[in-house]
Amino acid sequence: MSPARGTRTGKTSPTSKSAKKPEKKATKKAVVNKQSTKTRRPTDRSATGHRVDLLEAMLRIRRFEERCVELYSAAEIRGFVHLYIGEEAVAVGVNEALNPEDAVVSTYREHGHALARGIPAEAVMAEMYGRTTGCSGGRGGSMHLFDASRRFYGGNAIVAGGLPLAAGLALADRMRAHPRVTCCFFGDGAFAEGEFHETANLAALWNLPLLLVCENNLYAMGTGIERHEAQTDLAMRTASYGMVAWAVDGMDVEAVEQAARRACEAIRAGAGPHFLELRTYRFRAHSMYDPDRYRDKAEIERWKGRDPITRLMDRMREDGEPADKELAAIERRVTNEIAHAVTAAEEAPEEPVADLLRHVTSASAEVS
Amino acid sequence: MGAGQPQEQKTTYREAMREALREAMRSDDRVFLMGEDVGRYGGCFGVSLGLLEEFGPERVRDTPLSESAFVGAGIGAALAGMRPVVEIMTVNFSLLALDQILNNAATLLHMSGGQLPVPLVIRMTTGAGRQLAAQHSHSLEGWYAHIPGIRVVAPATLEDARHMLAPALADPDPVLIFEHGSLYNASGELAPPAAPVDLDHAAIRRPGTDISLITYGGSLPKTLAAADELAADGIDAEVIDLRTLRPLDDATITASVARTHRAVIIDEAWRTGSLAAEVSARIAERSFYELDAPVERVCSAEVPIPYARQLEEAALPQTSDIVAAAHRAVD
Ligand SMILES: Cc1ncc(C[n+]2csc(CCOP(=O)(O)OP(=O)(O)O)c2C)c(N)n1
Repeated sequence: MSPARGTRTGKTSPTSKSAKKPEKKATKKAVVNKQSTKTRRPTDRSATGHRVDLLEAMLRIRRFEERCVELYSAAEIRGFVHLYIGEEAVAVGVNEALNPEDAVVSTYREHGHALARGIPAEAVMAEMYGRTTGCSGGRGGSMHLFDASRRFYGGNAIVAGGLPLAAGLALADRMRAHPRVTCCFFGDGAFAEGEFHETANLAALWNLPLLLVCENNLYAMGTGIERHEAQTDLAMRTASYGMVAWAVDGMDVEAVEQAARRACEAIRAGAGPHFLELRTYRFRAHSMYDPDRYRDKAEIERWKGRDPITRLMDRMREDGEPADKELAAIERRVTNEIAHAVTAAEEAPEEPVADLLRHVTSASAEVS
Repeated sequence: MGAGQPQEQKTTYREAMREALREAMRSDDRVFLMGEDVGRYGGCFGVSLGLLEEFGPERVRDTPLSESAFVGAGIGAALAGMRPVVEIMTVNFSLLALDQILNNAATLLHMSGGQLPVPLVIRMTTGAGRQLAAQHSHSLEGWYAHIPGIRVVAPATLEDARHMLAPALADPDPVLIFEHGSLYNASGELAPPAAPVDLDHAAIRRPGTDISLITYGGSLPKTLAAADELAADGIDAEVIDLRTLRPLDDATITASVARTHRAVIIDEAWRTGSLAAEVSARIAERSFYELDAPVERVCSAEVPIPYARQLEEAALPQTSDIVAAAHRAVD
């Protein structure tokens, strides 16, 4: 498996090359997006500050999940736990382009999306513990994180199941003329499901303000993309629906942010759905249950060499920013935050079994 | 027209449904209709004919043949504050959207710890009787009634066709409305409503003392006809229209059986694992000592519904089957 094609410098590559002859609309749009977007080099202090923020957001996810590994091994948390380690640049970069009033729809691998969206680590951790203080009141667990106040609509554990829902959120915004974006995350595995294609068609047909974000980590559980897709150029395929589609280096948080910003600006301006294929990799197994027998160790090591966190830090050092002291301060802050989240989750109350039937219907939501 | 008492009006089930949709869209701009051929075609059963002209293509929205995507889009729009009415042509096709209905619509409120109610209405036709063969004739509403987190209703009368939509839209949770295809042409006088339709309670369509005939939807007319025949035989049958298949109104069923001591359940679905099986089990659980005879069930034969007229008729519950079952219970 070769690393993502042609994206090493953090350039976003429109699919116009590969999508030479699809229907007229797609070709036209792809050409519009042909100009390259070089990674921004910070020239002033605020750009440096922004990099520090990106770093902190990625580190929060990384450390949170490393803690999850320990807690899972200690049987403190259970269920299916899907880690995002290695893919942090995607959640953080995309979230930078979103406003609080935008909506996010996610999958079962959503700790990163939830934390990047601003759901407090405490609420996410309490959910892993199944406590009432969890962001889903303990009903959802790792795979079903929700936060209505942040327009975070899960946490969908059916591959591609969140896509139609995201189209509906976008439809409501369109009908109401709200200049908002709905962002939907999903994996490469979703491409084999009809729901992806039904949604892409509907979104393009109705010009919905939808940002489709495919995290192409090259595997659907143990099945490599070349064994589950007849055509592995996902951006090119999506462009054939008549929407703008870019393939982006998903290991470069600044490249992701730039691509997402451009897409969101266009969507807000009424340009309709956009698709980003973010080429990324998960450093860990599919879930905590997975012995990871299907991947070559050398491949994993090769991708770890592109770790989005080290990569950003290296780039910052190259540019002479910021002091290692500042990085140590971030590390301390994040570690404390997560330690506090764990303690709070451990101490949080469990929902009484007498409330088992709450929240089945809105009427039962009040019963208690 | 003008002042004074509202008059009884001649109407059909189809027109009553349409009027309900029109009223809903006029009174709340969050309501919109979406589905295959609901717009230009006028709805594949003609229910939405004329609504496109009145409300425009934004609110009477033709969708591609993508049951999963447009049902899911209805869920998303409901989450974002709209009040979508999604039409699926028939229950058979709804199976392509089952993921969205079960895994999202019915589940989001609970999985989110009460944060995400889904105020969505899904309408679809169900049932046989028009020689449409197996893939357009099944009665699967009982499967949906299996699912916690949704409400399942079946308007069987002109009044319910006209007045069930408003309370369904007022429900903060997903409501599935099953319209039996053989009812659309039913016509009669539509009286002004005495009270809003109560989606929590079954309706006693004909009071009686000798036996409870329990049914819903497209089987109601056949069951009422059976009750007339039984009356001619000196048997006074009570006819209960379940109206809401989930949640079931246990109280009305139990009270009726306590009066009549006999029950026949009429359900166009297959007998095995049917809603009739559920009602029957509940009677056994709650009313066992009230019973003077075994509970009878009149259901469809366990066969994909055939095309040929005589075979289709033989497969479906008919008035004569209901009469025979009642006689077995009473005699
Ligand atoms: C409809 C459906 N089929 C199968 C599964 C089991 N399953 C869970 S995750 C997964 C792989 C999905 O891979 P991908 O979409 O690439 O996302 P990733 O896990 O790589 O983030 C599968 C097959 C499921 N959850 N839903």
